[in-house]
Amino acid sequence: MDWLTYLPSLAQGALVTAWITLASIAIGAALAFAAGIARVEGGRAVSTLALCYTEVFRGTSLLVQLFWLYYALPLVGLSFDPVTTGIVGLSLHVGAYGSEIVRGALNAVPVAQREAARALNFGRVHTLMRICLPQAIVEMMPAFGNLAIETLKLSSLVSLISIADLTFRAQSIRNITLDSATVYTLTLVGYFLMSLVLMLAMRLIERMVRRGAAFPRAAHA
Amino acid sequence: MNKVLAQQPDAASAAAAPVIEFRNVTKRFGALTVLDDFNFAVAPGEKVTLIGPSGSGKSTVLRILMTLEPFQEGQLTLAGIPYHEPNGKGPFRASDRHLHQIRSHVGMVFQSFNLFPHMSVLRNVTEAPAAVLGLSRAEAECRAIDLLRMVGLADKKDHYPAQLSGGQQQRVAIARALAMRPRVLLFDEPTSALDPQLVGEVLGVIRNLASEHDLTMLLVTHEMRFAREVSDRVCFFDKGRIVEEGEPERIFTAPAEPRTREFLQSVLG
Repeated sequence: MDWLTYLPSLAQGALVTAWITLASIAIGAALAFAAGIARVEGGRAVSTLALCYTEVFRGTSLLVQLFWLYYALPLVGLSFDPVTTGIVGLSLHVGAYGSEIVRGALNAVPVAQREAARALNFGRVHTLMRICLPQAIVEMMPAFGNLAIETLKLSSLVSLISIADLTFRAQSIRNITLDSATVYTLTLVGYFLMSLVLMLAMRLIERMVRRGAAFPRAAHA
Repeated sequence: MNKVLAQQPDAASAAAAPVIEFRNVTKRFGALTVLDDFNFAVAPGEKVTLIGPSGSGKSTVLRILMTLEPFQEGQLTLAGIPYHEPNGKGPFRASDRHLHQIRSHVGMVFQSFNLFPHMSVLRNVTEAPAAVLGLSRAEAECRAIDLLRMVGLADKKDHYPAQLSGGQQQRVAIARALAMRPRVLLFDEPTSALDPQLVGEVLGVIRNLASEHDLTMLLVTHEMRFAREVSDRVCFFDKGRIVEEGEPERIFTAPAEPRTREFLQSVLG
């Protein structure tokens, strides 16, 4: 039973993958809200800045971004350890995609809701935090669920900047054993199991915000 | 043109300083002029109904008063406060703070209710008094329960808007607007989105409000019988101007202007 001997190493890699993915989702979500809200509510300068961030990081390859952070940034005197570099790169990427989700959902809140808030004399911050975001966040969740799983799968690119994640471990084992079929099957199963957990977690969060918002979708009509 | 008509406030509203005064207000959406050199004054406590064909500018009058729409020319004052500030910037030519002050006197009831779907009925009514007026939760709830009782929905306080009928939602929306204790309450076609059998309950609530002496009410509606019953004055709008105005009895029984007559014939059948 060769494959059992691969498991400890693959499991260690999976832990690294899980850590990088979760950290990137958390930081990326924060960036997504910041940039998405800036796009919708910010003044011209702030929203242009957010737009530039979004377009630059959406419009270039994540792999090249990672190479740039890992190989080019140290040349100007800034260097991080590989894992930090991986998390920074992945977070920026996730944040850029996520900001579009936040922007879209905020814009989808009916104008009538903002008008009602204005008629009741709510300030801008209150309108955003208590009226618009609670309604928008429910609409964001399915897309955020997708993005979370996408992040997990994209995280395999960090293996190329020498991080010993699941993909990196799989490559190493295969290079030694040449047992490609077994190793890569196990790796696929590993990713699938992790994405399953991620999917369930996102469902749970979705249910929580929906209950927090406590209204059926029909209420939007 | 007859002097009693059109652009002059009538004798009753001229007696006290008007709470609302439009002077030569022009409002454009791009190339379209919605209000054209518009003059209109409302006395404190007066109940005025605005009628007229759609697109004639009735709702725009309310939306301008609520600061949902800016206007380009002329002057508008509410309780003596001008909407435009001398050095005001932006489309509203006023600071956020100034607009905030104006809005503290005005409330609005919308055609499609616009309740907050993610808040309970009680929360819908308490949110603004607590957040904007600084009332404690307990005070805000006390005020809300009184108002919900008045509109006959105290027992629905823990429901969500989606669980209520349209008529019930609109009654909550009226309570929500009243919780801010506005001097002027604007109704923008409050029954137009309702099934016919639900119109009565909303009109009933508005009718009760109309007996409050202090509250100034502006009502845009297509319910002509109701307009006749509750208002002190009816204004007929056409193409961004008031073509004819006067006591409801006279407007509905003996309109002077042919356009008014035509409109009333078309809606009353």
